[in-house]
Amino acid sequence: MANSTDQSAYYIPHNSWYPFLIAAGALCMLAGLGNWLNDLKAGDEPSHLLFYIGSATLAVVLFFWFAKVIEENHAGLTNAQLKRSYVWGMGWFIFSEVMFFAAFFGALFYARALVLPWLGGEGAKGLTGEYLWPEFKPEWPVMTNPNPDVFQGPGESMAAPGLGSWGGYLPFWNTVVLLSSSVTVHFAHTAIKNQHRGKLLGWLGLTVLLGVAFLILQAEEYIHAYNELGLTLSSGIYGSTFFLLTGFHGFHVTLGTFILLIQLLRAFKGDFRPDDCFGFESASWYWHFVDVVWVCLFIFVYVM
Amino acid sequence: MSEVVVAHHDDHHDHGPDKGLARWLFTTNHKDIGTLYLWFSFTMFLIGGVMALIIRTELFQPGLQFIDPAFFNQMTTNHGLIMVFGAIMPAFVGLANWLVPMMVGAPDMALPRMNNLSFWILPFAFAMLISTLFMEGGGPNFGWTFYAPLSTTYAPDTVTYFIFGVHLMGASSIMGSINIIATILNMRAPGMTLMKMPLFVWTWLITAYLLLAVMPVLAGAVTMMLFDIHFGTSFFNAAGGGDPVMFQHIFWFFGHPEVYIMILPAFGIVSQIIPTFARKPLFGYDSMVYATASIAFLSFIVWAHHMFTVGMPLAGQLFFMYSTMLIAVPTGVKVFNWTATMWRGSMTFETPMLFAIAFVILFTIGGFSGLMLAITPVDYQYHDTYFVVAHFHYVLVPGALFSIIAAVYYWLPKWCGRMYDESLGKLHFWLSFIGVNVTFFPQHFSGLAGMPRRIPDYALQFADFNMVSSIGAFIFGFSQVFFLYVLIKTIRSGEPATDRVWEGAHGLEWTLPSPAPYHSFTTPPNVTDAEAHS
Repeated sequence: MANSTDQSAYYIPHNSWYPFLIAAGALCMLAGLGNWLNDLKAGDEPSHLLFYIGSATLAVVLFFWFAKVIEENHAGLTNAQLKRSYVWGMGWFIFSEVMFFAAFFGALFYARALVLPWLGGEGAKGLTGEYLWPEFKPEWPVMTNPNPDVFQGPGESMAAPGLGSWGGYLPFWNTVVLLSSSVTVHFAHTAIKNQHRGKLLGWLGLTVLLGVAFLILQAEEYIHAYNELGLTLSSGIYGSTFFLLTGFHGFHVTLGTFILLIQLLRAFKGDFRPDDCFGFESASWYWHFVDVVWVCLFIFVYVM
Repeated sequence: MSEVVVAHHDDHHDHGPDKGLARWLFTTNHKDIGTLYLWFSFTMFLIGGVMALIIRTELFQPGLQFIDPAFFNQMTTNHGLIMVFGAIMPAFVGLANWLVPMMVGAPDMALPRMNNLSFWILPFAFAMLISTLFMEGGGPNFGWTFYAPLSTTYAPDTVTYFIFGVHLMGASSIMGSINIIATILNMRAPGMTLMKMPLFVWTWLITAYLLLAVMPVLAGAVTMMLFDIHFGTSFFNAAGGGDPVMFQHIFWFFGHPEVYIMILPAFGIVSQIIPTFARKPLFGYDSMVYATASIAFLSFIVWAHHMFTVGMPLAGQLFFMYSTMLIAVPTGVKVFNWTATMWRGSMTFETPMLFAIAFVILFTIGGFSGLMLAITPVDYQYHDTYFVVAHFHYVLVPGALFSIIAAVYYWLPKWCGRMYDESLGKLHFWLSFIGVNVTFFPQHFSGLAGMPRRIPDYALQFADFNMVSSIGAFIFGFSQVFFLYVLIKTIRSGEPATDRVWEGAHGLEWTLPSPAPYHSFTTPPNVTDAEAHS
């Protein structure tokens, strides 16, 4: 017979007010953001209130929801089968994130491989370029856009210099920071497996610090791009792809760092056991995913 | 089957539903959530249907009579968006919620709270989308495909809410798919091996993967729109080195798998219903599974057949033409198998079977017109005409929608424990069958003769076909209101249904009492051969 402590029963929570509030909060947040953006576009004084209410609702309810799941786990309600559901869930969530980035990488490849040559007058659709902007010369990074009156090109790009000067090239150091953080988070995982609390706290803390360091460097890079290089979101297709790819990656690093920070706080409380550390493991998978995306970014956005 | 043990425990897991509104707002129960999805979808279906009838009213005669062209554009756009994202997709998710746990012998969906979240996002998202129709500047008016620059440079300001609405719907679909995948892969009863799963479960598993792969791409597309509109990027603006055609590529990379998302579960439903009323096992079960997987795979490499006329290198046109025609092979396998299942079966023609047979025939017509559209030089002639409208309505209305209606008649007795009135069901079928053909068949002709789609007025030569089409649309529309009446009558005062419901039905869901208890399989059932493979 199944009962509350029987590990054979799959735990079905009876009901919950979290999901409904999350849905309502998400609506407020996005409707508020919509108001905000439309006000800005119309030149009105933007109204932020709805956005903040929605965001705060999301944050508070998510906190309670995650706390509840941890509490249920401690109460022994989470059997092995339910844990497998969590693993499937996190795994396929990361896959959907991969596809989100694939859309932006796809845009980058399509623009570079097809659009720019066509706009330069080559190939199947070369007439567009020939008729509209005959003086446009395709190059990557695009320094002068087809119509420079509408979209002023960047003064300088972020493209990688020769290997010899990588020592002074910020994105290279970002790569080093992020790759090392993938190693440190792995050491933290090993520390859980070996029940070595001190090492866990050390390696995980270091991972969080590396995440923060990456974000600081990335912010520095953006400030540099905007203030000194003249590279902005509106610098044409180069700026568009550069900032959306690196920006969404940076947003994911922010999330990942925050998730790891939560795991660090849980590690201080002694929440993890060698056979029971799904929260930590899913955070580390997410972190490795963010890392792989960066490697692709570094290759396709900066180097190539 | 007597050897199937259906265990019920009186422990604390077996509590019933909450009372009142809280039950529906906070529920984690797959049946409650399935019911919510289905009623939501029906509501959206009626709203989208009203929009369709506004369109058909305007098109009843040539000239501009009732609405102005700007509002006509909003109607075509919102009709498409609401039917695709609000009616068809949520209906299939609702069916998956009700049926997948029962069919695989699980106690519930794998992640019940997230299941609730997936649903409740939708009413909020659609409230936001529909509210734009009442805002200054009007709602989305750029077609359900929201091609740039119509949806960027020339869009009404409300496009911002449309973009966030799409983000919300995408989040809902992704969470729903993750839940379905986890349920199917992790929650099957012992003995329910993958190749014993009912085909509805198989088709949904594959559909869930399609959703996971393409909904994020759609999110990426609308995000690029958002940045083009508000932050000065130039993804879809050639002046900055972007390309409006790139939008179409990204959109259809999502959009073509999307149309299979709307038809694969329908294949699953029909594969459940036809064997029951032919009283024969499904012909070629394994080939059905492989055909479904092949269609899903091919759906990723055919997207540009929607864009033959925008200009693309010859190699691209040839590739997308041939890959598209390839889809006819696995689809043909399916139609063959359904027909072979009926061959020499002891057939009876209850309402679900009528809808299923109509599905096979009319979906095949839609498939053939699709094959015509796949031929690049021919598509130059057909592109953006009513022929395309006729084609995709044949696969979506007597295709996807008929399968959903068939599923409702087929499983409703299991859900509410009451039998629908067979003669009312048959009346509903014949009204729908006649209505749908009267509406959409003439559109093939007006399209071949050159009538463009999405235009509120037309040349006099198209007047007769349009009038016939509008009359059919009203027959079809009102017969769905009649469907609502049949449903309410069944739920309130239908005859009690037996547990097996249909003489020839196989599958774990029929081993449960009718109505199915609030919690399906608290302990896993034994899966016998008799209940597998239907």
